[in-house]
Amino acid sequence: MRTVELVIVGGGPAGLCAAKLALEAGLEVVIIDRADKLGGQLIKQTHKFFGSKAQYAKMRGIDIAKLLINEIENHQNLEIFTSTTVVGLYPDLVLTIYDQKKYQKIKAKRVIIATGASEKVLAFENSDLPGIYGAGAVQTLMNLYGVLPGKEVLMVGSGNIGLIVTYQLLQAGVKVKAILEAGSTIGGYKVHAAKIRRLGIPIITNTTVSKALGTSKIEAVEIVKLDENWNKISGSEEIIKTDALCLSVGLSPLHQLLSMVGAQVKYISELGGFVARVNDNFESTVKGVYVAGDAVGIEEASAAMMEGYLSGLHVADSLNKPHPEQENLLKYYQDELELLRKGPFGLKTKIGIEKLKVGESNA
Amino acid sequence: MRITKHPILVFPEKKKVEFIFEGKKVSGYEGDTIASALHALGIMTLSYSIKAKRPRGFYCAIGNCSACQMVVNGVPNVKTCITPLEPEMVVFRQEDKGVLI
Repeated sequence: MRTVELVIVGGGPAGLCAAKLALEAGLEVVIIDRADKLGGQLIKQTHKFFGSKAQYAKMRGIDIAKLLINEIENHQNLEIFTSTTVVGLYPDLVLTIYDQKKYQKIKAKRVIIATGASEKVLAFENSDLPGIYGAGAVQTLMNLYGVLPGKEVLMVGSGNIGLIVTYQLLQAGVKVKAILEAGSTIGGYKVHAAKIRRLGIPIITNTTVSKALGTSKIEAVEIVKLDENWNKISGSEEIIKTDALCLSVGLSPLHQLLSMVGAQVKYISELGGFVARVNDNFESTVKGVYVAGDAVGIEEASAAMMEGYLSGLHVADSLNKPHPEQENLLKYYQDELELLRKGPFGLKTKIGIEKLKVGESNA
Repeated sequence: MRITKHPILVFPEKKKVEFIFEGKKVSGYEGDTIASALHALGIMTLSYSIKAKRPRGFYCAIGNCSACQMVVNGVPNVKTCITPLEPEMVVFRQEDKGVLI
């Protein structure tokens, strides 16, 4: 069995950034990704990023992906496995990988889990009908493959993903009937919401989906008003015809490999679900297994990139191969990450991270 | 339904890829996944739930949720949302757990 210094699971923003600095530090790196190309979810994000220069502000996600991939893909110390799934991770840092044809084992000195997140679902009658998609799925279908989810779509959830995907649906020529929001206020940035509203798309607050109607696919949706405690107000139901229903109700970290390897995980709602406990160096409770990006708490891709860079630096240092600019870069990316978390949206993450630390001594 | 005009993205015309779905010859394009090709043809039911046999389409499109698993070239449980379409593939809707051996 071959041994490599660093195996990164997931070639999205966090994984690519971790790889970049680890390679610069002189490590041999393997990136494994389940998709047939690198880039993670950046490859479908046609919107321009916020933040600062460090997070490639004003660039579109699709272009950031190209840039990050270009920086590393021909590096002599990098090997890339695409269309390959990590199906096993064991405490001796052996990984079992499967590429649809054969199983192989790789031993790593360090592992960075940068698996990202999965889309949450919403429970309602007939929520499994074809034509009900996660918002990210619609983004993938449209922006990657150029296929439309339907002529008309109803969006559920007014967080940033819901708002951005609504805008992208409109760009692709799809009619968005409305955005439903269970809460009393719009979840995402005002600037995104304003853009949607200017185009005449209603954002209906205190409202959710109560059932989907249809036999072999979705044909209509019953919506219902909610009171301040999110209880359904009976008699307020309304039927809306639609080809597709798009659920943008949050993401959960993909923690499964961490649970499998025996790392301590804890349910933290502010971070999106089960997340691994990590120290300040992004190392989990299993020695040598690090976590970065959405896998360690849902934030934006900007934050995932910063965590990727930081984890790459920490791994290099732990193998006594610090990056030539180790201290400067650590400080730079740490400061950038703090800055990203300064706003009202970052507060939630900070609370989550604090909760994750509670009871740490009981390890 | 495919996008023809887009303010940011370009979707150049690509080579047709013929494949067999439920015994019928159909086609998608190079660069498609099996699921995106079927979707563009208006085929949204990719599998049936194991017990109640309810129709399932894809949900996540990134290989997480397993709703898109189909029988491809005789192999069950293929995640068609992340599997590139290839010429002459034989694709069936999956109706059970799938048997490997």
